[in-house]
Amino acid sequence: MLQVFPDLKGRYGDFGGKYVPETLMGPLQELEEALDQAMADPAFMKEYHHVLKEYAGRPTSLSYADKLTGHLGGAKIYLKREDLNHTGAHKLNNAIGQALLAKRMGKEKIIAETGAGQHGVASATVAAKFGLQCIVFMGEEDIRRQELNVFRMKLLGAEVVSVSSGNGTLKDATNEAIRYWVANCEDHFYLIGSVVGPHPYPRMVRDFQRIIGDESKRQFLEVEEELPDRIFACVGGGSNAMGIFYPFLEDSSELIGVEAAGKGTDTLEHAATLSKGTPGVIHGSMTYLMQDENGQITEPYSISAGLDYPGIGPEHAHLFQTKQVRYEAITDKEALDALKLLTQTEGIIPAIESAHALAQAFKEAPQMSEEETILINLSGRGDKDMATLMEHFQEEV
Amino acid sequence: MLTKTSFQGKLTKTDNLFIPFLVAGDPSPELTIQFALRLQEEGADVLELGVPYSDPLADGPTIQRAAQRALKSGMSLRKAIELVPKLRESGLEIPVVIFTYYNPVLQIGHDEFFQLLEQNGVEGLLIPDLPFEESMEIRSQAEEKGIEFISLVAPNSDQRIKQIAEHAKGFLYCVSSLGVTGERKEMSAEALSFIEKVREHSQVPVAVGFGISTNDHVQLVRNYADGVIIGSKIIRLIEAELENIEEGRMDEALEHFTKEIRELVQ
Repeated sequence: MLQVFPDLKGRYGDFGGKYVPETLMGPLQELEEALDQAMADPAFMKEYHHVLKEYAGRPTSLSYADKLTGHLGGAKIYLKREDLNHTGAHKLNNAIGQALLAKRMGKEKIIAETGAGQHGVASATVAAKFGLQCIVFMGEEDIRRQELNVFRMKLLGAEVVSVSSGNGTLKDATNEAIRYWVANCEDHFYLIGSVVGPHPYPRMVRDFQRIIGDESKRQFLEVEEELPDRIFACVGGGSNAMGIFYPFLEDSSELIGVEAAGKGTDTLEHAATLSKGTPGVIHGSMTYLMQDENGQITEPYSISAGLDYPGIGPEHAHLFQTKQVRYEAITDKEALDALKLLTQTEGIIPAIESAHALAQAFKEAPQMSEEETILINLSGRGDKDMATLMEHFQEEV
Repeated sequence: MLTKTSFQGKLTKTDNLFIPFLVAGDPSPELTIQFALRLQEEGADVLELGVPYSDPLADGPTIQRAAQRALKSGMSLRKAIELVPKLRESGLEIPVVIFTYYNPVLQIGHDEFFQLLEQNGVEGLLIPDLPFEESMEIRSQAEEKGIEFISLVAPNSDQRIKQIAEHAKGFLYCVSSLGVTGERKEMSAEALSFIEKVREHSQVPVAVGFGISTNDHVQLVRNYADGVIIGSKIIRLIEAELENIEEGRMDEALEHFTKEIRELVQ
């Protein structure tokens, strides 16, 4: 039987824990107690599932990509369509769960960090829906790159705070959100967007995202009567991957997490934390991260703002160490090629993040037999990436 | 009553402590030495020597800026520790507490890190992102080497206060800006009862930090606690001298800094 992670100290083997200033220990304990009570309360879980169904539009489809499968040859390819979730990505599943918890705890104000803006939009959305005030911290460089999502958040009524420290990206936005929470934890709920941060965040976000894997398993068994041979998901912080992997951890399916190799893992410009990073502490958690020889955290690079993060969730670090999940890395170019292929064979424009998972699957599918099956978590849609895509494909279309 | 404070016998006072904070290498290692000596002359009892970090979660914008300047000057955890013997050679006698985030410690490795601290004569250690539950191993290693591991308590530490205070070494760092920031002339009732509660359980001096920036604050805190920790304000005083420093007017910068410190803590 699989050991249950995290343990009582919030550890996944060697990883996880709570590496935070003393001022956050009280609020984290309060959160953990409230979370445990909520998850054990059938009424809370019923409301969560009700909102997912009636508001977010779940369950999302499982689509057989027949034309793509024919084009590549080899394994049959299925897509878990998180792009069809309300607001366009898996991020909303977690935001709904945490917003309901914030309300239950009597916190009227939520704070969130965002990179690409998807989690910021999801947070602003649930804040509007549940009548909460929302402040989103976003790096100034990301604000420039994701103008459209910034406007969406503001239209939804959120305040967007520009973060200029560091390189002005997700890492810095997360630092600033944590600092703000330290000073305002009495009446603010910090709604983290990925399976990162101090315990109990990685567990909470995983448990609010496992709906992806739970649905996939049921849907896959319905159409194929057996589980997929391989499951692919992209990994930045790693919430969509933990969400789809978690219910399959004890099964026979091979699980593959795909990191961003940026301009190549042999260059300095990538975000391949597990492939190239080393263990350490980032944002309150022991995990793998990208750092220099003095333990200073370095800036990652990826064309996809959602994967542009120098750390990774501690449970992924554990699954990497125990080899329960295989991790690969895909370059910007490979991701863009995969994005274009899916778009032109299936009429689905994926997020550039999700295209990393596609690219790895497309490499492996032709080498597999026609009896084998692949499931790819299509974590979000590409609408937010149009400006980037126009830059790259303008002359080709 | 307060018997446990020693810092290897170098700290004999247990009240009215002045504990300043400097970021090593801000704006250069040489100037850190000069500022530290001036602080000692103005009555500093312990020096907190901060190690610059790329992602200082517990620090506000002032100390973040200082860290950026220090990183630019090439500072690292190893170099900050190696600055301590140079401080000694220049005449610093008060105990030094190395203040560092945990990740750089992990990259050196616990054993080598403690060897470095010992070899370079460091008396104390403070790791702001290593709360009580995560610090067992470090605390026991520090004890073995005779290095005081400084703990922090916050107003929302609640039932954790007793456990943290009872295990405190050196001095106990009370994180409290409650009632001492801004224009208030008196401590808030919450802040007072918090400090009282901490003192009840602590066998080492209780020092209050975060947000102390005027002589009024200093006087106020002295009435209730055993010491004041001053960080950001000192960094801002250094920032105010950056122009003098850049233009080579070192003596003027140091004189001015000293005068400001004197007014702050007299």
